[in-house]
Amino acid sequence: MKLGVIASGARRPASHDYCDFPDEALLALVGRDDELALAALYDRYGTVAYRLALRVVRDPSLAEDAVQEAFLTVWRTAGSFLAERAKPSTWILTLVHRRAVDLVRREERRRAVSLEQTELPEDPSGRATEEEIELLERRRVVQEALRQLPDEQRRALELAYYAGLTQSELADRLSVPLGTIKSRMFAGLGRLHELLADAGLEDPLPEL
Amino acid sequence: MERELIHDLAAAYALDALDDDERREFEEHLSRCEQCSERVQSLRDTAAALAYVPEGPAPPPALRERVLQRVHEQRRGNVVPLRRRIALPAAVSFAAAATAAAIVLAVWASSLSSSLDRKAAIARVLGDPAAAHIELGVSSRVVVGSSGEAVLVSRLAPAPAGKTYELWVITGGTPRPAGLFADGARSSPVLLRRRVASGARVGLSIERSGGAAKPTHILHVSRPVERR
Repeated sequence: MKLGVIASGARRPASHDYCDFPDEALLALVGRDDELALAALYDRYGTVAYRLALRVVRDPSLAEDAVQEAFLTVWRTAGSFLAERAKPSTWILTLVHRRAVDLVRREERRRAVSLEQTELPEDPSGRATEEEIELLERRRVVQEALRQLPDEQRRALELAYYAGLTQSELADRLSVPLGTIKSRMFAGLGRLHELLADAGLEDPLPEL
Repeated sequence: MERELIHDLAAAYALDALDDDERREFEEHLSRCEQCSERVQSLRDTAAALAYVPEGPAPPPALRERVLQRVHEQRRGNVVPLRRRIALPAAVSFAAAATAAAIVLAVWASSLSSSLDRKAAIARVLGDPAAAHIELGVSSRVVVGSSGEAVLVSRLAPAPAGKTYELWVITGGTPRPAGLFADGARSSPVLLRRRVASGARVGLSIERSGGAAKPTHILHVSRPVERR
């Protein structure tokens, strides 16, 4: 090979080989039974997925179940994903969230949920990888956007998303009419979308 | 009724704040309503941003092993009853996906003018179970769908300054230009601008920015494509 632009050398492929692939390509490969591509997607989204699930179910072993089942669903249905026009990250995180919500509802663990930060064990590894730094930055932007929402909208979004409550339960919990809750969630998501778009985290209009 | 329904249920749906019955009802509607599907997709993108907020420990390394182990055990075709059981909700959303795919296909024409057309074509090729996968050097492969549409998946480094990669479809010894990309893996996947007939080869060269009419510096040429 004359040019030095192509990585060469015969070796066993590893999920790290896929680290430059866009999500869409990884999902397409998963759709063709490529286990390494699934591993690469896990490496990309496993941490976010686990923390999200843990926040919703408040139980490490249930959180692991939610993540595992979500990624197995990714494995089984990646082939049908492509036509759905969703962002792969949205699709994966939606699967994780929905699974977590279903689990927590089934386990009826939501009764005493408070939105206060609970004590969670520290990350034992403690290293700041490149992914971790990107994650921190993303979190900062979303938190900042949430802070700019009117209190009642933010509270509606947080209770709905992190506590796994249904809209009817939310209305009960906050002692407001169901219609009010619906309006707060709708307006809150709309405003959040604008704020994230302003911050460059989200396209103003999803392209595909 | 559409506007009302969207206002009523879409945000709650995107946040997973519907109970099972409401969710079913709304998904039933989504499978029939293109407009609502798009709106919901955008709301879901926003809701998914909330996933990045929770702090906490990293997942235990054993979880990764377990997920990959289960995936390995469940390679499609191996475990039919299990797939059957879990495939049910997927089937529902697959119906919606199939509808959307049909619409995208209807829009598809021979021209690939918009990015939407290109993305749809890439999705179609990469999702085509009958597609042929052909190595192109160690860093790239070409995926050729049953219709002859072809996609390059690569982890090439970006082309040097002032240079670009150029793709070629070589039929009967004659290379014809099939598209440029400069960013290597960041451009991936790339849709070839030319269909690949059975027996043709795909070539990759490096050219001056703007591309060339004939390849000057060939990097790789594939084996002949055998379309199934």
